[in-house]
Order: sequence, then structure tokens, then C-alpha cells
Amino acid sequence: MIPEIGHFALIMALMLSVAQSVLPLWGAHRGDARLMATASPLAFAGLVAVGVGFGALIWSFVVNDTTVMNVVQNSHSAKPLIYKITGTWGNHEGSMVLWVLTLAICAAAVAGFGRDLPSGLKSRVLAVMGMISLGFLAFTLFTSNPFDRVWPPPPDGQGLNPLLQDIGLAIHPPLLYVGYVGYAVTFAFAVAALIEGRVDAAWGRWVRPWSLAAWAFLTMGIAIGSWWAYYELGWGGFWFWDPVENASLLPWLVGAALLHSAIVVEKREALKVWTVLLALLAFALSLLGTFLVRSGVLNSVHSFASDPARGVFILGLLAVYVAGAFALFAWRAPAMAPQGVFAPLSREGGIVLNNLLLCSITAVVFVGTLYPLFLDLLTGQMISVGPPFYNMATAPLAFPLVVAMAMGPLMAWKRAAFWPVLQRLWWAACIALLAFILALVLGGWNALPALGFACGFWLLAGAAVDIGDRSGLGRTKFANVMNRARHLPRAAWGAAIAHAGMGVTILGISGMGLATERLIALPAGGTTQFAGYEWRLDHVRDFQGPNWTARKASITVLRDGQVQFVMEPSRRFFPVGRMTTTEAAIRTNLARDLYAVLGEERDGPTGQREAVLRMHHKPLAPWIWIGAGIMALGAGLSLSDRRVRIAAPNRRRREAEEAARAGAPA
Amino acid sequence: MTRKRRRLYILMLCAIGLGSATALTLTAFQDNLVFFRSPSDIVAETPPEGRAFRLGGLVEAGSVVRDATYDGRPAITFRVTDGAHAIPVVFNGVLPDLFREGQGVVTQGVMGTDGTFRAREVLARHDETYMPPEVADALKRAGHWQPEAGAPPPPNQWNTLRGTQPAAANTPRTGS
Repeated sequence: MIPEIGHFALIMALMLSVAQSVLPLWGAHRGDARLMATASPLAFAGLVAVGVGFGALIWSFVVNDTTVMNVVQNSHSAKPLIYKITGTWGNHEGSMVLWVLTLAICAAAVAGFGRDLPSGLKSRVLAVMGMISLGFLAFTLFTSNPFDRVWPPPPDGQGLNPLLQDIGLAIHPPLLYVGYVGYAVTFAFAVAALIEGRVDAAWGRWVRPWSLAAWAFLTMGIAIGSWWAYYELGWGGFWFWDPVENASLLPWLVGAALLHSAIVVEKREALKVWTVLLALLAFALSLLGTFLVRSGVLNSVHSFASDPARGVFILGLLAVYVAGAFALFAWRAPAMAPQGVFAPLSREGGIVLNNLLLCSITAVVFVGTLYPLFLDLLTGQMISVGPPFYNMATAPLAFPLVVAMAMGPLMAWKRAAFWPVLQRLWWAACIALLAFILALVLGGWNALPALGFACGFWLLAGAAVDIGDRSGLGRTKFANVMNRARHLPRAAWGAAIAHAGMGVTILGISGMGLATERLIALPAGGTTQFAGYEWRLDHVRDFQGPNWTARKASITVLRDGQVQFVMEPSRRFFPVGRMTTTEAAIRTNLARDLYAVLGEERDGPTGQREAVLRMHHKPLAPWIWIGAGIMALGAGLSLSDRRVRIAAPNRRRREAEEAARAGAPA
Repeated sequence: MTRKRRRLYILMLCAIGLGSATALTLTAFQDNLVFFRSPSDIVAETPPEGRAFRLGGLVEAGSVVRDATYDGRPAITFRVTDGAHAIPVVFNGVLPDLFREGQGVVTQGVMGTDGTFRAREVLARHDETYMPPEVADALKRAGHWQPEAGAPPPPNQWNTLRGTQPAAANTPRTGS
């Protein structure tokens, strides 16, 4: 009964989204206030309907309803409750319902927070979101219905892929989806602006918070995915340039460009057409990511099913939305005249450079990700593009980006001079140089990590210079400086913090470049020296978990004969699904990670049982994800800026009052 | 600064950006594309020395030796077959969770002078019923598996198939 209610609710949501994509748009076109007023209630109703559908699906998983096909394929009664719940979106069908739910939440947020949006713009934005929702609901219902029944019901389900039974999975997809769907909102704003033929500062003020929020969530989603791969897959890496990872990186890169260029639209009314284009691209790449992951074109941990019908359907959606939006762009964009004029050397110029480099990196990653796919399709030749390609092709583009990143915020709007910026940054440059030399000497003459350390410190020092400069450090008394720093706009703090976060991440990545590893077979009681510690394998024993059994090693780590701590890497065997997973043991003190993996057990040369162990020493590894967290925090701080919260509605109210005044005499 | 001048600057910047991105992509492609080769491909044409490529096929049943030593470190050796030919592989490291005899595998590394493939990476697969598309293709090319006829043959029969289809096994691929 409950699954039928869920199914019915999704069909209701489909009907509501049809109404939402037609009525407000028609109303805005005709200037009919009543039709436009339907937009918000329809968005709220859509949220309720999809929410009921999602709730029904979670319920089916929690009670392990084996008459539902999706539950049978992806769940099992022996699974802990938390993974029954998260398993709801750990499969193709459920994740699509989550996608649609996120979209419905965003539409309701636009309807709720956007009370002060001009009604024409608001109804068009919600109508476009209704169209997106329509497409994805149709996709879910027609090709991947999560509520399909199976009769007679099998005694129990087949279980969820053990790799996915993890807390990282519980939060990774929802965060990523909020990011993707956040770009659906900026996309809707861009399309609405194209329909209206008008982009102004108020538009920029509405797009900026959404692009910031989407970017912050995407940053967190990518970081958690990377952290999950680091501790769960047991390979010790944090980024594999896997096509599916790249699919989430592409909208992140374009999104970063978008949130910068939206500032220019807001402050200077320049780069308008470009910003609209970026908003379209960000969502197009989000859709492409969804297509690559969901169609089964690419095979990885992420692709749950490869059903050609689904791939074709999503490709169709992609074509309709992207081609439609770009056709609209080609038709309407030339009418939007640029207003703000600026010199190449200015804050705007810096942001143009940022956009250019970010888009170039996007293009490189895009080509690397899709080229093997096209080559296979066209010639049947199978190739793969691995990390060396991406490292070699993106590093030369990322380096000038990082150099410019510290300089941009110090430049004045409209027209800036180079010399004063350099004067303020000279000590940051000294720190970077010092870091380079130190890293080169201490890190064994590895040029690339050393350059990374220089970049990281350059960004950290640059962010400090930015804040110091804004609060008048060195020009006035210290008490004044503190006072001014406290009263700086939060957007200024947010920008500095996000840039510093990037610096922290770069330091972490550079530290990973100096990582060392050791592969060794040890008998029980055997010891080895590695990374300044003595590692002693005490024993390898059986261990019983809730729905798995394991072989668990106990390794005592000593320094100067003193026991420091015990690490327990294990290999888990899941009887349901007959799979093994590697559970790495990780010990961190924030300055470095020690990482141990248990491999095969075998008979050694002396006839003793030996266990193969792989140990890694990874300097600064946690900083990669800490830095990402700081970046997201910076974006969040920007989002809480007074101007974002207050200025846009105020301006709108003023406009409304002016319109009322102008309208009253007539 | 006139508007025309500004536009010119921006266009020039764009051209430089796009140009450098293209140049970087092409140079990086030149050295870093990793080709896929099946055991039959390697026998038909010796791969260039020192250049990394991917070798894929099925792990030959009974070929896995887990307590070997290579390069002074613990190693695992096995043979990768596409039914027609088999290539010995040596790997220093911890095998991914889904590595099993008789199942599809993709490894990346370089060919040693002694004809042994030195794998630097054995790619993990996430599902035991999953067949890497490259491997499926290699098996089809070697004439040992028609996907229409069902699942691949069981591993213990895998290399005994050689005698039954000599034509398919010994003719070099002429493109399908």
C-alpha cells in the first residue's frame, strides 16, 4: 500500500510540474497576475508530493518490503538501519528520486525566499524549474520507477554493495545533488533573464547567493567523495581522475567562474552575457555529469546500472535543455548590451582572467574525460586517459590561476595599477619563495611538490594581506585595525577565507606528493622500520561484524621502544553478495597520516604464515579535506553577507514603490 | 580605453587561453594516452618498450601464485588470457578486493624484456558479475565468447577451449 502511495505521489508531482512549467510562464507572457501567482503554490505542492514519494521509498527500505523490486535488488534485512535508510539513494532509482526531491526543495526555496523578486522574473524562474522537474520526474517514472513490484516476493533482498555501506555514502550524494541542483536554479535565472531580455545588478544579486550555495555544497560533496575513496577503497589516493570524479569537477570549475563573474554583474553591470553563458554551462555540465554517471556509459563504483534506454532518455533530456537554452542564448544574448567599462588591469580584469583560466582547465578536463568515449564510439579503439595527462595539462593552467588569485582581490575596480599590488604582496612572495626552498631541501629535491608548497603559502599570505589591507594594517593604530577588521563586510572575509582554504588544500596535495609507502610480508611478531616508526605485527585474527566477517590485523607502532598506538587494518567478507572489502587503518595527527592496509596471507619462505602489509606515510594529507571545508565555509560566510540578505529585497521594494508611484497618477 | 579596444584585449586573452589549453591537451595526449591491448594483440605485435599500456583479459585459472617475490618485495604472479594467448603478469602490491581466478581483470603497467608484464596497477572492479567492456571485447575478438550465447565459460575450462577453435586462436585479428 505504502509503495502505491509513493508511486501516486510521484505521478501527482509530475502533473504539478506540468502545470508549473506552463501556467506561470503564460501568465508572465500575458502579464496576468493571477496566473503568475500560481507559481509559488505549485512549487510548494510539488515539494510535498515528491517528499511523500521519497518518504514512501525510505519506508519500504526500512521495513525491508521485498515486494518492491528496488528493495529486493539493493537491500537486505541483516543490514544496519542507517544503511537501510541511506541505501534508499544508494541505487539508481532512489538516487533519481533524491535528485528530484532536491530540485523541489530548491524550487520551494526560490518561492519562499523570493517574495521580493519581481513577479515576472519569479514566475519565469519557477516555470523553468518546473520544466526541469518535469523531465526528471518523467525519466524516473518511465525508465526507472523505484516502486515496481515483484510477485511472489523473494524471502530477502540481495544486499547493498558493501563498498557503499558507509557513512561517507550517506552524505556524499545528497551534498553533490544540492550542488548540481543549485545550478539548476542559476540556470533557471539565466533562462528567465534571456526570455525577459534583461540582466541587471538585481539579477546578479539573486544569482550570486545561489551560485555560492551550489558551489559550497558541491565543494563539500566532492571533498567527502574524495575522503571516502581515500579511506574506503584502500588505495591511499584521494583523487584518481576517474571520469565520474571529473564529471563532478567540471561543474565545480565552471561554478567557481560563475560565482566570480556574478560579482561583476552585481557591482559593475559588466560581463552580463558571459555570466548568463556560464550559468547555462554550469547546469549543462551538471546534467552531463548525471548522464555519464547514470547512463552506464562509464563504468565505476558510481554507475549502478547500464540500461541503454535510460542513457538515451537522459541524453534526450540533456539535448532538449542544453540545446534549448543555447538556442535561446544565441537568439537573445546580442540584445543585452554591456554597460560597465573597465581597464584590463582592474578587479574586473582579474576576474576575467580567473574565468578564462578556469574555463580552460574545464575544457582540458572535459576533453580528457570524453575523448576515450568518442574514440571508442567512432573507431572502436580503446584507450584510457590517466592521471599523468591531467597533471601535465592542468598544472600549467592552474599555476597562473593561483598566482593571480592572491593579486585579484587587491586590485581596485575599474582601473588598477600593478605596482601598488606588488608592493603589498612582496612579503607574501618572500614567504612563498622561502617555502619553495625549504620544501625543495627537506622534500628531497622534488620540484613539483615544492612549487605546490610555494603556491599554498602564497595564497595563505595573500589572503592575510587582503584582510590586513582592508582593515588598514600599518596605516592606523592596531585597535582601529581590529575594529575595522570586525566590521568588514562578510563577503570580504568569505573571499579571503575561501582563497586561504584553497591554499590549505594545495598544501595538502603537495604533501601527498611527498608520500612514501612500503610493501612487506611479516609473520606474527615480525617488525619493520618505516617513516621513523617501528611497526610490529602482533597477530591476524577473525572478527565477526553485523553482516560481515573479517580478518583483522593488529599492528603496534612504536617509537624509540615506546608503544605509540595500535592500528587495526582488516579485510571484510560480506556473505550476502559474496564480496570482500579492504578497511584501511588510518592514524592522523593532522600533520601527517599513517595508513595501513592488510593484504594477502600466505606461507612465507620459512613455512611461517605471513601477512602482506602496505603502509603509507602521507604528510599533510588531512589538509586536502580541511581546506575544502574552509572553502565551503568561506562561501557560506559570503552567503550570510548583509548585502545578500537585505540589499536585493530593498532594491526591489524601492522599485515597487517607484512603480506604484508612477502608476498612481495614471 | 574604448569599448573596441577592450573587446580586442578580451578576445586576445581568450585566444591565448584557448590556444594554450589546446596546446597543453595535445602535448599531454601525445605522451600519456594509455592504449588497451589484449594478450593476442601483444603476441601479434610487440608493444613499444617502456611505454605503459593496459592489459586485460581473464585471470587464467590456476595461474595465481600469491607468495612470489619480485624486486625484493612480496609479489603476486598470474597469467592474463583471452583464450587464444596468455601473458604472465607480476604485481607488487595488494590486490583489489574483487580479484579472482577466471574473472575479468584490467592491469596497467609496462612490458618487461623477459616477456612478463610488470603491472603497476590492477584496476579494482566493484561487482563480481561485472565484465570490463575492454575484456569482453578482447574475448569476442579472440573468438571465445559470444555474448549472445550467455555468460563467459567457466574458468576451469577457459584455456582448454584453445584446441576447439584453432582458426580463431591463431589468425591475427583483421579488424571486426
